Amino acid sequence: MTVQELTERLGLSVCSGSEGLGREIKGGYTSDLLSDVMGHAKEGDVWVTLQTHKNIMAIASLKDLAAIVLVKGRVPEEDTAAESEEEGIPILSAKEETFEITGRLYEALKAEQTV
Amino acid sequence: MEFSYHIEGGDFSKAGLASSEVKKILKQLNVSASVIKRVVVALYEAEVNVVAHAYEGDVRVDIAPERVVVVVEDRGPGIPDIPLAMQEGYSTASAAVREMGFGAGMGLPNMRKNSDELNIESEVGKGTKVTMLTRFNP
Ligand SMILES: Nc1ncnc2c1ncn2[C@@H]1O[C@H](COP(=O)(O)OP(=O)(O)O)[C@@H](O)[C@H]1O
Ligand SMILES: [Mg+2]
Repeated sequence: MTVQELTERLGLSVCSGSEGLGREIKGGYTSDLLSDVMGHAKEGDVWVTLQTHKNIMAIASLKDLAAIVLVKGRVPEEDTAAESEEEGIPILSAKEETFEITGRLYEALKAEQTV
Repeated sequence: MEFSYHIEGGDFSKAGLASSEVKKILKQLNVSASVIKRVVVALYEAEVNVVAHAYEGDVRVDIAPERVVVVVEDRGPGIPDIPLAMQEGYSTASAAVREMGFGAGMGLPNMRKNSDELNIESEVGKGTKVTMLTRFNP
């Protein structure tokens, strides 16, 4: 499944990095602890978090993540969005809170047999 | 081949820049993706520690055909009890830093897991020197 397909399926809004909507999703990871994501997220994962500051992009880029999903309608800070544009890694926003959007993401990926 | 980068303490917006440069260089040198991933995780954590815990630091990267050595040396408060600091979950990070998602006390454990040799020398009141060696063909 591509990031574009995921945004459609889950009704996510695209905040930045739309150039990367064709990126292929291989899995998902949910955490707000940056070292946890650094240590355990995998290449191609969609990362669900409530953090909106620029370091989330540093992590997404270093770990080759497919996209970031912000919860509860959060949007990236300005410099975070700029970095997302530059890297071509999309930042998406979900209306739902972490538990719910993670569940929906899991269901969507499971249906595609990616997790 | 040697490279070096400066890190300013307290400036979280620049944390990860050295890791990003090193990732590009290792990619150009055709180092395997799995090794690059480990080096990048370890260096990112070392960078963040300088930003979060020290005043300033320097990263030196030395690449040889069979291994990469990363040295991160800072001017800062030093680590009084290194075995304690190495414990997963141990952190002296401020509440503000924790709120940003740093300070989980997983940095040093991540560095140990993602390097073949990790050496930490520290002098309280002066600074800390972290040396990490990773082999290309484990
Ligand atoms: N470069 C450093 N200078 C001073 N103290 C450090 C340094 N690196 C680590 N420490 C100490 O070791 C602790 C654990 O580090 P780490 O495992 O990276 O967790 P965290 O950075 O999340 O607190 C830190 O909270 C700090 O007290
Ligand atoms: Mg740390």
